Amino acid sequence: MTNLSGMLPEFGQLALIFALLVAAVQMVVPLVGVRRGQAWLMAYARPLASAQALFLIISLVILAYCFVVDDFSVAYVAKNSNTALPTAYKISAVWGAHEGSLLLWVTMLGCWGLAVAWFSQSLPLDMVARVLSIMGMVSVGFILFTLETSNPFDRNLPSMPQEGADLNPLLQDFGLIVHPPTLYMGYVGLSVVFAFALAALLGGRLDAAWARWSRPWTIAAWVFLTLGIALGSWWAYYELGWGGWWFWDPVENASLMPWLVATALLHSLAVTEKRGLFKSWTVLLAIFAFSLSLLGTFLVRSGVLTSVHAFASDPERGVFILALLGICVGGSLLLYAIKAPTVASVGRYEWVSRESFLLLNNLLLLVAAFAILLGTLYPLIIDFMGMGKLSVGAAWFNFMFVPISVLLALVIALGAMARWKADDLKRLGSETVAAMVAAVLLGLAVPLLADGTMNWQVLLGMGISFWLIGATLLDVWKKARGRLNRIPQLGMSYLGMVLAHIGVAITIIGVTMVSNYSIEVSARMAKGDTETLGDYRFEFVDAGHIEGPNFVSDAIRFRVYDGERQIALLQPEKRRYNASGSIMTEAAIDVSLLRDVYVSMGEPLADGAWGIRLQVKPFMRWVWLGAIFMSLGGLMAMLDKRYRQRKNAPNNAVQASTAQEVTA
Amino acid sequence: MHPKRKKRLTLILFMVLGVGSAVGLLMYSLSQNINLFMTPTQIATGEAPVGRTIRAGGLVEPGTVVRDDSGLGVRFVVTDGQSEVTIAYDGILPDLFREGQGIVAMGKLGEDGVFVASEVLAKHDENYMPPEVQEALDKAHKDGKQALEEARY
Repeated sequence: MTNLSGMLPEFGQLALIFALLVAAVQMVVPLVGVRRGQAWLMAYARPLASAQALFLIISLVILAYCFVVDDFSVAYVAKNSNTALPTAYKISAVWGAHEGSLLLWVTMLGCWGLAVAWFSQSLPLDMVARVLSIMGMVSVGFILFTLETSNPFDRNLPSMPQEGADLNPLLQDFGLIVHPPTLYMGYVGLSVVFAFALAALLGGRLDAAWARWSRPWTIAAWVFLTLGIALGSWWAYYELGWGGWWFWDPVENASLMPWLVATALLHSLAVTEKRGLFKSWTVLLAIFAFSLSLLGTFLVRSGVLTSVHAFASDPERGVFILALLGICVGGSLLLYAIKAPTVASVGRYEWVSRESFLLLNNLLLLVAAFAILLGTLYPLIIDFMGMGKLSVGAAWFNFMFVPISVLLALVIALGAMARWKADDLKRLGSETVAAMVAAVLLGLAVPLLADGTMNWQVLLGMGISFWLIGATLLDVWKKARGRLNRIPQLGMSYLGMVLAHIGVAITIIGVTMVSNYSIEVSARMAKGDTETLGDYRFEFVDAGHIEGPNFVSDAIRFRVYDGERQIALLQPEKRRYNASGSIMTEAAIDVSLLRDVYVSMGEPLADGAWGIRLQVKPFMRWVWLGAIFMSLGGLMAMLDKRYRQRKNAPNNAVQASTAQEVTA
Repeated sequence: MHPKRKKRLTLILFMVLGVGSAVGLLMYSLSQNINLFMTPTQIATGEAPVGRTIRAGGLVEPGTVVRDDSGLGVRFVVTDGQSEVTIAYDGILPDLFREGQGIVAMGKLGEDGVFVASEVLAKHDENYMPPEVQEALDKAHKDGKQALEEARY
């Protein structure tokens, strides 16, 4: 028994190898079935996908178990865990570094395959076979990468360490338990959309039915991406200790780019489903979205971000991912080049129509994604060419992202309310007059009420948000023909869209307010000192020591007063982690819907004084609240009943005809 | 020309123009917004522009960190093993700022040769060396590792 449990890591690796073999079969057999028109071969796709997922899950669970029982004979566990680490963090340490993150990545890929296998009952068998075969290809590439370059089950034998090196203290936190899995679910979920697009290209069936199948999967991946990005921002905000919530850091950019393209894809899919237009464009977006999530993986995992030279010193991983990226992007674009010209989009639309507005929204989103790509890769290219070291400042990203967002917000409301085929600007204008007036008045009022000076950024940000909310609600009111009880009948899909668009406005409000009206002061404070910031007064009550499970910390108690009323007792900490000796700042935050009060400790100075950073950040929560609205909206749209139609559902002519093709 | 083709042509022209001007604008603004990295040697030889936002970095020279008696002002010297530059900063230093550590500062070089930092970066890893600093050390005449060893004592 002891022998067997001692061999657990080998079983984990074995499960991973089995998963690779199953994925290889999944890649080949169903496609052969499609080629030969043999349904029994195609039917292998679903059980193979399930088996692959099962093996991957076994492998991941075994790795987690090795962490829980402190099996330091496994090199990855020894590097990223410690006996004193709380159990929850031992489990999240599974994805705390490179090897385990990759295992999580491929396991999620397997789980998405499993989901496709289960929830594709209404799909024709040849489509399922193609989709799962393409997902099998992606799996083969990434499991091979994991086994070849980053095996999490590598052993420290025969001399295993008695104690582990500990998980990076930054990552010992609730945010890290949830942020990476959510984000990865989004990244990897885009592989389903990608597989659907390629399968449709292969089968020459880019039609409304294909768009309808792809939509819920795209939305699902997008919801995870949205939540993952928001969680990452929230985590950075409270854990890095200085209250920044977006840094235009390459790793963040790597997650924002696929999000922007996936957002464009969602809207383009809507046009393809409803009007049969933009087909090749939609396919291209699906390819781009997944390629960008692979590029993100490459940037984060290859080491090029720390330095192009780090890439050169450990080239195996980087070259492998770069090759995968090349095969994936190159192969799919080649297929696109061969097949897309045969795809004709029929149907016409006028300059002023929902199609045009959605196209404009697509272009804006793509320009934003491209600009971020440029800003992220530019320093790498310059460095690679030996032209010096430079960095692109946040100022540049803001400079280009803000105007695009403003234009985008303008178009969002119009796109949602305009009619298909042809509409009239006058009609759109007359129906939204109330929203325009409200937007201008409220946009003017907010900066004047806030500090009495006219701030055009605030005017623009607030105006655009009020316009978006106002126009969206006016449209709901009109569609419900002025009756509240008719609103639920408008359909989950439409209401989900409304919620998501309002979410965009909420995020813009948050970003505008927190960027323009945040105040902060860094001060030298000792016991008994008080400091005033805005309406708030901070009193340094006393300082003390705290013994944590695997750290010791200096802590300070602050009383925060609004006038004479005490509103919060805050206790920031400066932690020192025993195993690694790392120092960590734990900020203390008093949260409310209208403002965050943020206190963090700097360094100890002479005579028991500390450098203290105090911040008041208005509407901070709105930035993430908007993301929650967007995700809920996505969730509602996914639940729309038209995605759950079975084969025998009425007026489903498209699927009936495709079913005939298969049997023919 | 067929009206449908004409419309498609207009659309394509519109898109090409739009994308072209967008790229042009992006590249131009990018060139205005990059922050060059300068080594202490480059600053000492006068290669670094005065009064423009740049980044500078090196190892914090032991024994040079001087704090103000009141407030949060601090001055320290960074070196690449060949030249030194004094950095002045008013604010809270990152958790891993310490003597002998490699740091990167963002700010402006003053006429007096003192680099006034608006931000000081040190990564959350004991053994991490900012790549720019590593390269600066390598570039300076002394061997980078040797300078690192000496600086650590």
